[in-house]
Amino acid sequence: MPELSLQQALNLALCHACEDDDRVLIFGEDVGTLGGVFRVTDGLQAKFGEQRVFDTPLAESGIVGMAVGLAMAGWRPVPEIQFDGFAYPAIDQIVNQVARMHYRSRGALPMPITLRVPSFGGIKAPEHHGESLEALFAHVPGLKVVSPSGPAEGYHLLRQAIDDPDPVIFLEPKSRYWHRESFGPTVPAPRMPVGSSRVVRAGTHATLIAWGAMVPRCLQVAELAAEDGVSLEVVDLRWLKPIDADGLAESVARTRRAVVVHEAPLTAGLGAEVSALVTERCFAELRAPVQRVTGYDVPYPAGALEDEYLPGLDRILTAVQTTLEYRRG
Amino acid sequence: MHTADLAELHRLMLVARRLDEEAIALQRQGAIPAYAPSKGQEAAQVGSAAALDTTRDFGFPNYRDLGAAVAMGVDLVAYLSTHLNIWHGGLYDANAARLAPFNAVVGGPVTHAVGWAMGAKLDGTGGVAISWFGDGASSQGDVHEAMNFAGVYRLPVVFFCQNNGWAISLPTERQVAGGSVAARAAGYGMAGERVDGNDVVAVFEATRRALDRARAGEGPTVIEAMTYRLGPHSTSDDPGRYRSLADERAWLDDDPIPRAAAGLTGEQVAAAEEHAAGVVARVREGLLALRPRPGEELFTHVYREPTGALLAQQRAWKEAADA
Repeated sequence: MPELSLQQALNLALCHACEDDDRVLIFGEDVGTLGGVFRVTDGLQAKFGEQRVFDTPLAESGIVGMAVGLAMAGWRPVPEIQFDGFAYPAIDQIVNQVARMHYRSRGALPMPITLRVPSFGGIKAPEHHGESLEALFAHVPGLKVVSPSGPAEGYHLLRQAIDDPDPVIFLEPKSRYWHRESFGPTVPAPRMPVGSSRVVRAGTHATLIAWGAMVPRCLQVAELAAEDGVSLEVVDLRWLKPIDADGLAESVARTRRAVVVHEAPLTAGLGAEVSALVTERCFAELRAPVQRVTGYDVPYPAGALEDEYLPGLDRILTAVQTTLEYRRG
Repeated sequence: MHTADLAELHRLMLVARRLDEEAIALQRQGAIPAYAPSKGQEAAQVGSAAALDTTRDFGFPNYRDLGAAVAMGVDLVAYLSTHLNIWHGGLYDANAARLAPFNAVVGGPVTHAVGWAMGAKLDGTGGVAISWFGDGASSQGDVHEAMNFAGVYRLPVVFFCQNNGWAISLPTERQVAGGSVAARAAGYGMAGERVDGNDVVAVFEATRRALDRARAGEGPTVIEAMTYRLGPHSTSDDPGRYRSLADERAWLDDDPIPRAAAGLTGEQVAAAEEHAAGVVARVREGLLALRPRPGEELFTHVYREPTGALLAQQRAWKEAADA
């Protein structure tokens, strides 16, 4: 099996999607000749031509608005927003148009759009290049939101997102683009439904819940904890809307303790939703309140302070300790 | 319609006018919560929509384009159902009608016309998209983005601006820098034309020229139809706060319907009135017979297939509704 980086795996997924469905169109800023600033679309224009893979003017609202029109004309658009922070200029089109066109047209105008957005922090990028958008988009009826944690996940989730008949916001963890993994992209993945999470490490004392780049960080935490005899389960949530509430409940009902970890700020972050879902389903089993380890309620900081902001191993381990030592009353 | 047929254009305008009056009456009677009258703009709407080839073109209207729906032969009860607050976007099939559900986000759908036009170009259908928007929308960034994209890709799209003098209370001279939306076309490297928006034949012919250009691969066109919103912005608006009756009366002399009627016989006009009255009676009856959609439809079209979380909410709604 080849060893592929996340960036290569996503590239391969786009390539296979274009081969399998000639209605798939890839477009965005610098995705054609350049192959994207992260090279995720590298070589696709040469392979599929300038009609299937094309550069757009620098205007995110126009890119997403054009995707709406293309979907109305029966195409399957896979636009790219170059960086997370530049999804904000397209928010009107995403929320007011993409998310509700199927609803308001009573199903006449489906929006099978996959909006790829290089997302999250961790690479000491400039301002507006390190945003976590998942809670914003998960709040919008009509959208689905997904984020892969590694190359194999990235390949299969992107294929699944493009095949999906509804609009999917596909958040790519930039800090994981160059992480390599052995996997066989031509080997069909076990068909997991949209909205399913995955236990990436089994454990018994507590469940760590994460997505994107926080999944490997939680795996590191689990390694460290194991040295002290603490057995942590790690769940890659993968789909941030719909959320696999049953999968989370299955894990937490066994471990009876949960810690959710994300890069986004704490307040009204997706961790609050995860915490509520777990509490609703596992109130009787829970031995401690669900802990949240997140970014702070501050604008995403400059690179020099990034490591202070992002959930680090120590902060996650401290939360694990808090939940293990929690006593009622 | 292949060439401008004045009698038919007049008949369509009259249907739009009488239906517009009926919608306002229904609002005053409490049947319709709110309505955006199109009185005065019938020539711009009917003339441009009648020029389309509805076997392959597609329209992207805003909320004041009843005349376009009339001219395109859309099911008017289903189209107007959105004003009854029955369903956002209306109950008609947008694909069959070749008319997108109208949009309250001013300027937003102009980019959709551009995307649709690219899709049509890739498919080689010869189809052209038309986007109807107003002088107010021309201020929106999306309209700039749409025109720039269309210019860069040379797409088959017609940007049809109805400059009706007013964006709610703001007059065009305080809305449109430089004074002309059509003049902006030059900046995008596309054809731009200003037309008398109350001359239905002139509008039809200008639109036909733009459509022919688009089909010939010669790219997009901006048409700025100069017209006047004779009525209020909406049934909740009070134009007396921002413009004078004298101003409105001056434009009454330019009413597009009498202007068209001047070229017809008395019999033709009488027949058109009779036809319009029949349409209005049928539409009124249809609208008053509409009932709210079943509550289950809150959940039906959010996704192609509802998610588990949505199904759970639907079950909870059902239990509460049945209790």
